[in-house]
Amino acid sequence: METVFTPFQSLGGGVLIGLAAVLLMLSLGRIMGATGILAGILAPASSSDFTWRVVLLTGMVAGPVVVLLVTGALPEVSVPVSTPALIIGGLLVGVGVTFGAGCTSGHGVCGMARLSKRSIVATLTFMLTTGITVFVIRHVIGG
Amino acid sequence: MRLISIFAIGLIFGIGISISGMANPAKVINFFDIAGSWDPSLMFVMGGALITTFIGYRLVLPRPTGPIFESKFQLPTATDLDVRLIGGSAIFGIGWGIAGFCPGGALPALGTGRSEVFIFVAALIVGIFVARAANTALRNRQAAHS
Repeated sequence: METVFTPFQSLGGGVLIGLAAVLLMLSLGRIMGATGILAGILAPASSSDFTWRVVLLTGMVAGPVVVLLVTGALPEVSVPVSTPALIIGGLLVGVGVTFGAGCTSGHGVCGMARLSKRSIVATLTFMLTTGITVFVIRHVIGG
Repeated sequence: MRLISIFAIGLIFGIGISISGMANPAKVINFFDIAGSWDPSLMFVMGGALITTFIGYRLVLPRPTGPIFESKFQLPTATDLDVRLIGGSAIFGIGWGIAGFCPGGALPALGTGRSEVFIFVAALIVGIFVARAANTALRNRQAAHS
């Protein structure tokens, strides 16, 4: 399935993601990693630790609603995979980011921006295995 | 003031993810499908996010007073490239390639109310708990052997 190439929108979105990461560091001194934020909600270290994470998550979830109010349409979410694929993928992502201690936002953006060796290795690793997985599903199994 | 700021930061992230295409599995999978219907948009997301964060961190982290609402910056201290980091990241990539959602893309996408996002996030949470239990068991065994 083809998708439209959106360089300007994607660049703008990327800048906002980066801006949020910088502002979270400026205000709380924390890394903007979706994995860390979610993991901290599931097993909070303290009640104040729980609160900021839930407030941050609430802001994130409000994002698409604000986009709806401003543009008149929700952001496009088109899912070209089956429900079992969503479940298996979700389980693997959950296991992987827990062992790998981060995902695209934590390692790929914040860690890479700090030039962390661990984050650079993690990002190269998951970009490679994602690419291989998509190739196998689309062109080996599906081809 | 603190909580309003945090909400606003989450909102900026959520809007950024929404307009960037990271919350759209069709676009994410196409970015990795170089041999097929390639859509290079995500390169611009990563580029924009990385450059902004790279510059911003260099302005923020040298502050002698630390962050505004806390006493100090909390940065990861681990430096070892171990099996957990590389194996975990490899597994994450396989899952990302199968489902098309990563955690940072899926969490804001909950706001669209789409059932697929809730299914993915539920599985993600189960995966986190499974890995945590396995991690604890592994560490206990290592401790018992050393």
